[in-house]
Amino acid sequence: MVKNATSYSGNGLRDWLVQRVSAVVLGLYMIFLLVVIVSHPGMDYATWQGLFGQLWMKVITFIALLSLFAHAWIGVWTVLTDYVKPTCIRMPLEVLVILALLAYLIWGIEIVWSI
Amino acid sequence: MSASETKKVHFKVYRYNPDTDAAPRMQDYHLEVPADRDIMLLRALMMLKEMDGTISFRRSCSEGVCGSDGMNINGRNGLACITTVGSLKQPIVLRPLPGFPVIRDLVVDMAQFYRQYEKIKPYLQNDDPAPAQERLQSPKDRAKLDGLYECILCACCSSSCPSFWWNPEKFIGPAGLLQAYRFIADSRDTHTEERLSELDDPFSLFHCRGIMNCVDVCPKGLNPTRAIGKIRSLLLQQGT
Repeated sequence: MVKNATSYSGNGLRDWLVQRVSAVVLGLYMIFLLVVIVSHPGMDYATWQGLFGQLWMKVITFIALLSLFAHAWIGVWTVLTDYVKPTCIRMPLEVLVILALLAYLIWGIEIVWSI
Repeated sequence: MSASETKKVHFKVYRYNPDTDAAPRMQDYHLEVPADRDIMLLRALMMLKEMDGTISFRRSCSEGVCGSDGMNINGRNGLACITTVGSLKQPIVLRPLPGFPVIRDLVVDMAQFYRQYEKIKPYLQNDDPAPAQERLQSPKDRAKLDGLYECILCACCSSSCPSFWWNPEKFIGPAGLLQAYRFIADSRDTHTEERLSELDDPFSLFHCRGIMNCVDVCPKGLNPTRAIGKIRSLLLQQGT
């Protein structure tokens, strides 16, 4: 067994499962948003704000943000472990990506919950 | 052989001797081969070796069983002994298996590949007392090993897999994983759980991205991607 400290969960099966489930969540969320946009041709800011002001929309957006966080972490980690060989470069890059994703997650939650 | 009975075939062969060459180079060869029948690439290579004794390549059985002459033929991994010269576009470009350290010319160092194979413990493990004669298996259970046991370890698959190129010390690779499933699927092996647990890290099994290069190049027509999928399913059943 190969040990790794910077993968999302440290467990191959869990990472794999999270990546696939989060992909489905993000896919469904994108389709939902697309349907909303297409079905409201003259959509203005008030309609958009009204949509995101509802609790159910906040909850599914929160789930989508969490999915994006996990999905991006696992994906970028995989790319970095493939293409960046020196540990002294890869490790800081991995930490940087994780911190950036964490910042986006908290920022996203703050935006959605402040509506 | 007169000129009318032969045709010329143009080869470009990767040449590199780490002891004497500063860098690898591609060397051109023009070979007269029989015009009235096709020959295997390995036969052509042996004729080239008669012309230039310094060309190095591995070979043994010459009939697609031993897996010694795996190489990159016109950009695609395959066995020289079961590839006909007539089926190849000229110039025929021959390179060593990609991603493997070159020992000399078309001969690569397979040590890392075998280390990964060794990791999956490619032998039956059974804790039950040994029977008087043999461990029996039903025809149905035996059929589960079809498409798995035929692997000849030529490394064409692992050498065409980017995940193996980038992490050959951590990712088992398609050849090793096909064999891992061969023993996981064997009804006579009692170490299934242990075998599965050994693969449950982010690299050994799960670094496969499913691009199926392995399936595309396997000279025996095997499907390592399917075996990898089956191991994942079993891990999922075990872990949920």
